[in-house]
Amino acid sequence: MGYRSSVEILTEWDIVAARQLGRNEAKEVGFGTVDQARITTAISELARNIYLYAGKGKIEIERISEGGKFGITIIASDEGPGIPDVRKVMEDGFSTSGGLGAGMPGVKRLMDNFKIDTVVGEGTVIKATKWIR
Amino acid sequence: MPQEIERQYKEILKQYVTRQTEQNLYAGQNFSRQLIQKNIAPDEVISIHKVALEEAFPELPMVVWNSFDLLIEMMIRYGLAHAEHQSLLKKQEELKVEMDLAANVQSTLLKTTVPQVDGLEIGLVSVPARNMNGDYIYFLSDNLNNAGVAVSDVIGKGIPAALCMSMIKYGMDSLQDAATDPKKVLDVINRIVEKSVDDDMFISMFYGRYNVEESIFTYATAGHEPALYYNAKQGEFSELHAKGLLLGVVANVSYEQHAVTMETGDFVVMMTDGVTECRTDEGFIEPEIIMSLIHSLRDETAQTIVDTVFKELEKMQNFELRDDFTLVIFKKTS
Repeated sequence: MGYRSSVEILTEWDIVAARQLGRNEAKEVGFGTVDQARITTAISELARNIYLYAGKGKIEIERISEGGKFGITIIASDEGPGIPDVRKVMEDGFSTSGGLGAGMPGVKRLMDNFKIDTVVGEGTVIKATKWIR
Repeated sequence: MPQEIERQYKEILKQYVTRQTEQNLYAGQNFSRQLIQKNIAPDEVISIHKVALEEAFPELPMVVWNSFDLLIEMMIRYGLAHAEHQSLLKKQEELKVEMDLAANVQSTLLKTTVPQVDGLEIGLVSVPARNMNGDYIYFLSDNLNNAGVAVSDVIGKGIPAALCMSMIKYGMDSLQDAATDPKKVLDVINRIVEKSVDDDMFISMFYGRYNVEESIFTYATAGHEPALYYNAKQGEFSELHAKGLLLGVVANVSYEQHAVTMETGDFVVMMTDGVTECRTDEGFIEPEIIMSLIHSLRDETAQTIVDTVFKELEKMQNFELRDDFTLVIFKKTS
């Protein structure tokens, strides 16, 4: 496991802190401006979901490397209500139509790899990875 | 590939900054077409612009570079919206293919054969406004003494209407005897529909049966458009009315049944509201216009009449069908 840092999400301001952490890490790992903005947007989206639906949770940023490639994994975890219908939240047009933002499909598009683990009543863990091109 | 794009864009940018001609703008716009084809997101386009600018004019002040970072940040969501749009378009295309398949299944499933009985010509045209037809025609005949037809309209269009129709079909299939009285037919179908359909779904139906030996046309209706009867001797139309509630409202309805004796040259015109509610931008097409149109075609074959009426009304409506259009004619020829 690589170097990990994290931000607790309790208030809306923590979303900004999580963004800041993500952008700094992305810059240090070596991502370009556009990818930094993409990673930050993904973090923003995940942190906002924690803030809105779970109340509290955590955003962790992990630096990763594999076979000479470098990247970042965002881990968003909460002990909120969980997602009853994952397929539905992964559908295009589900969250955006309500003006909620890019939603889960957006996060998936911004990153290279996306994994979601959720149990109703126990919480949700989302892992999203992006590699430097 | 990105390096190549950056190089090309830098060239276009240099050209334009040197000379602000329409030609140079045109080159830029053509280039954007390439970017769209290659699926380059809007945020990336701005990044390409920034990189090109940095290389061509490194002396520009910091404020310019910083402002681009803000712009890129703002465009990330546009990029996402664009990608989502693309994926929804693809999904829509898939749905359309599926709908076309369903429409094919529908027309195969609901196929009905036009009866052949002595002295009677039958003309039929049924055209859906959208993919799936909400009008349904079913012929019940022994191809000897009786030719019956059910003309029905499921209130509502599209898929729910289409699903509902298979139920009518299997109800009609269960009747088998072409001599069944029209009021009995409506009674049977009403019970089936009432039992199986939501309260907000209604079906209107006209059932008519021609008996060859007696030249009698017997009919009953469940809240459907009245049929038109053309009396050849008098050269006049009259409406064939009967009392009867829409199908599926309540279980026990006693439908009225009436009969007319047909003479040679007489014909019955059965239709759905797609015919009577034809409209142009100026309003509904008057029933008189439709009647005089049919009247002018009275000596043609039943099929020619329905085909011509459809073509004329389609033209009057600027080829825009607002509702499913169905027209059936029973014409006594001898």
